[in-house]
Amino acid sequence: MFDWLQDLADWLVYGVFGIGESTKLGISLNFFFYDTLKILLLLLLITTLMGMVNAYFPIERLRDFLQRKKLFGLENLLASFFGAITPFCSCSSVPLFIGFVQGGIPLGVTFSFLITSPLVNEIALAMFIGLFGLKFTVIYAVTGILLGTIGGIVLGKMGLEKHLSEWVQNLIKSKTEGTSSFQAEDIPFLERLKLVVREAFGIVKSIVIYVLIGIGIGAAMHGYVPENFFAQYLGSGQWWTVPLAVIVAVPLYSNAAGIIPVIQVLVAKGVPIGTSIAFMMATIGLSIPEATLLKKVMTARLIGIYFGVVTLFIIISGYLFNLIL
Amino acid sequence: MQTIKILGTGCPKCKQTEAIIKEALAQSGKEAEIIKVEDIQKIMEYNVMSTPAVVVDEVVKLRGKVPSIQEILTLLD
Repeated sequence: MFDWLQDLADWLVYGVFGIGESTKLGISLNFFFYDTLKILLLLLLITTLMGMVNAYFPIERLRDFLQRKKLFGLENLLASFFGAITPFCSCSSVPLFIGFVQGGIPLGVTFSFLITSPLVNEIALAMFIGLFGLKFTVIYAVTGILLGTIGGIVLGKMGLEKHLSEWVQNLIKSKTEGTSSFQAEDIPFLERLKLVVREAFGIVKSIVIYVLIGIGIGAAMHGYVPENFFAQYLGSGQWWTVPLAVIVAVPLYSNAAGIIPVIQVLVAKGVPIGTSIAFMMATIGLSIPEATLLKKVMTARLIGIYFGVVTLFIIISGYLFNLIL
Repeated sequence: MQTIKILGTGCPKCKQTEAIIKEALAQSGKEAEIIKVEDIQKIMEYNVMSTPAVVVDEVVKLRGKVPSIQEILTLLD
């Protein structure tokens, strides 16, 4: 599928720039051009796809659906799934959270959405397909969705409503549902596609710098770090690598665009895949800025419990991946 | 005169939205009062779940995206 891109990168680096095919600089540069082009294309494609899904199935509709239907435990899975396919913006997470609990959707179901939304997002998926291939992308997405589902169920069972901010609790009690004054937009398909593509370009433009930095660091490591460098130290799956990676990653705030290219090289050089995925999930899925935003709607204690439960599940998934893959 | 409210917690997209609305007003030569609503409790009164949202005369017209100048122009009288 991407052969022509490889040809283009070969031609550019070895032909136009005239850098030797076996030099470290040549390998690094080739890798850089190939990955950058491929990832930018995938990012555009996937953000457009998600944008279209979102245009036809806005989050308000999911909420109405969850309100009306009894799904006997499948609510968490559904909320988690939608968390994965809706475009994520950290500044939207608080309105989403309130919108859900205000609509009478159980806290656990809301958490399922909240966990998966950053964890499995369009940017991470595009980077994943580009760097790890389709199989890993599917495994990652499925794990993320299951993690959100189970995490939400566990959090829901803990009866945490009392740890929400007071005004949110009042909101739930009064059930004053804001009058739905939203007017559905009636735009023809092609017109809509045009708007979505334009927005996708905007999104990709805003993260292109992180993609370049991430791939740049990855490319440099690819050329200069010896094969199996990490395998020597971490490759035999020492038990402590997974929790360590996760604990280091939680406070580390990086967007998927910057971190995934680096992880890919770490894996190529021998870091176990489970450890890497756990690291990635913790970096992308949990962050200090998100915690700061959530402080408006929940107490520090609830944020602690929420982060704690998700961290635990990420560590468990890390072990599972190391066992299976 | 129309009242245009921009709902959003102050993220970059909300600032872009404000700039676009101002640009649309300048282009059309129309006047409107622009109010930024950044308080989450007030935002939730409009029942929007994705920001930024644009409210014209208390009716939510757009939400969850940065609008284009064209879109804003169609909302103006």
